[in-house]
Amino acid sequence: MINLVRNEMLKLLRKKRLYVIILIIAFLVPLFTYAQFKEIQDQREKMGNQDWRTTLQQEITDTQNRLSSSRIQDEWRKFLKIRLSQQQYYLENDIDPRAPGAPTFMRIFVENSIDLLLPLLVMVIVADLVSSESSGGTIKLLLTRPVKRWRILLSKYLAMLLSISFIVLSVAVLSYGISGVVFGYGGWNMPLLTGFTVSGDELLTENVHIVPQWQYILMEFGLVWYVCMIVGTLTFMLSVLLRSTAAVMGIMLASLIAGAILANMVSSWESAKYFFMVNLNLTNYVSGMATPIEGMSLGFSMSVLAVWGIAGFIVAFVTFSKRDIY
Amino acid sequence: MSQTPALEVKNLTKKIKGKQIIKGVSFTLVPGEVFGFLGPNGAGKTTTIRMIVGLISPTSGTIKIGGKNVRTEFTEAMRHLGCIVENPELYPYLTGWENLIHFQKMDSSIPKTRLNEVIELVGLQNRIHDRVSTYSLGMRQRLGIAQALLGKPKVLILDEPTNGLDPAGIREMREFIRQLARDENLSVLVSSHLLSEIQLMCDRVAIISKGSVLRTDSVDNLLAEQERVIWRAEPIQVAKEILSMETEVTEGPDHTLITLYNEPLLPDWNEKLVKAGVKVKEMRTQLPSLEDLFLEVTGGESID
Ligand SMILES: Nc1ncnc2c1ncn2[C@@H]1O[C@H](COP(=O)(O)OP(=O)(O)OP(=O)(O)O)[C@@H](O)[C@H]1O
Ligand SMILES: [Mg+2]
Repeated sequence: MINLVRNEMLKLLRKKRLYVIILIIAFLVPLFTYAQFKEIQDQREKMGNQDWRTTLQQEITDTQNRLSSSRIQDEWRKFLKIRLSQQQYYLENDIDPRAPGAPTFMRIFVENSIDLLLPLLVMVIVADLVSSESSGGTIKLLLTRPVKRWRILLSKYLAMLLSISFIVLSVAVLSYGISGVVFGYGGWNMPLLTGFTVSGDELLTENVHIVPQWQYILMEFGLVWYVCMIVGTLTFMLSVLLRSTAAVMGIMLASLIAGAILANMVSSWESAKYFFMVNLNLTNYVSGMATPIEGMSLGFSMSVLAVWGIAGFIVAFVTFSKRDIY
Repeated sequence: MSQTPALEVKNLTKKIKGKQIIKGVSFTLVPGEVFGFLGPNGAGKTTTIRMIVGLISPTSGTIKIGGKNVRTEFTEAMRHLGCIVENPELYPYLTGWENLIHFQKMDSSIPKTRLNEVIELVGLQNRIHDRVSTYSLGMRQRLGIAQALLGKPKVLILDEPTNGLDPAGIREMREFIRQLARDENLSVLVSSHLLSEIQLMCDRVAIISKGSVLRTDSVDNLLAEQERVIWRAEPIQVAKEILSMETEVTEGPDHTLITLYNEPLLPDWNEKLVKAGVKVKEMRTQLPSLEDLFLEVTGGESID
């Protein structure tokens, strides 16, 4: 099996797809770094020349005032308390929350690329994994070896797993390495809030707690990897079913973009939440953003994705081992 | 012969989308023979070959390679098989060497030293480290054969191996195939719609048309059996009447009559003609080309 996976990796490398992906990331990261840098500069200008400590102190006083008001809801009070402790933590530890370091950039970058950019990159790698063998005719040589078909497909799947892990890792390394030049490399221990849940219009805060940024980032990258694997598996299935790589890419691209559009408009069409593509934004659950459709939660989205992924995996393996090859 | 056949195909059928494409094909290959699979376009040669190499599953029938059933003992059967189905499609973005390494890695029983052996056998030493996308068709064909021979197979299956080769290439391929069968005791199944090719290269032939094998025999037998006698006699109508009483007669070109070759009866027929006052100007035997034979067996279905 190791030999088979090595074969697949050799073919992947020779097709130069991975280099292209790395180049795309290496090109985009400086772009976003610059954008982020501009934004921070903008904010600084608005604040004038005020020291960030003074600003933060003002915010803390503000929060304390609101907390002392008696007409405040319990939920909200708890949230404010957490916010307060976060702000106080920043001040005590002399951390400027508005001057993000490379880890903060990593976090923001990955949160914004989880639902479209990374799935697209994954798709570029996976789309032709099997379909290129069918359309190029090499599948005839591949499948007339003394190796069972499912083992050949599994070797391709494992090669996909390795490539996806490599892409996610490169995103981490490149975004940290490149943005650090501008923002500095510190900030791993910056405390962040997580554990929000949304119910209806309300933000539930009973599970909210503070985690250091490195833990937060680790969590988000885990989710990113998971999303990429699911998107990869579905692309893989299409690649088995279709001979044409262009068709695979077309279908995947259409679903991903449809997902991005749907996420903005389907709040009243409830069953749309069972589509895989509206469930890709897993990092939103960590940072506590509103969900596109009511009743969605991290667990729900992960389960929906898992079902799609498992179904895709089964369809791919069953068809591949039985199919007639013309 | 008591040897186990290298390849045994029994009552093979295949239905695609309700259409019967292969209708009960059977044949066997003994070790060391070159077996021709001859049929017009669309006869079902490639479909049969795809079933033999396990790319498509037969609707019914069994296939054994080296005694191993392709359906139930797939990996064991494939160990004895090398093949090129239709075109030799290799990975164009890999070098010839990398292509071979790729296939060597898929079968742990092949040592790396085997690579140099097959490369030398097909004569690709000089270009083996170039990318396949820069190869000519002839070189791809050789690389295709090299990969088919990697696992030291007992059975080699080549679907139209001379497709696209120039006359020199065709000749070389033919000699190469004969040499493989002779020196390595390999059984080779060659499909083709080029009759001349099969005639020169094969020991035995199966003629296939519309999904059925019409005849299977040695090339010599098939030809001998169809030996004809060409008559030129005058008056031709009288000659025809007389001969028709003895045997089957057809009219040939240039006012000739054609009958089967039947050595013991031939003097008799001649005598009868002479007695009836027919002048026999010419009487000669003719071996048909495989082409004529083919046209006859397939009922004149067009070829090429
Ligand atoms: N996937 C398919 N679906 C439907 N019909 C098919 C399919 N594959 C082959 N056929 C039909 O089966 C018949 C045999 O095709 P096959 O390719 O085996 O012929 P062949 O003998 O190899 O011909 P050629 O000399 O042109 O290569 C043809 O009539 C073809 O139309
Ligand atoms: Mg064919």
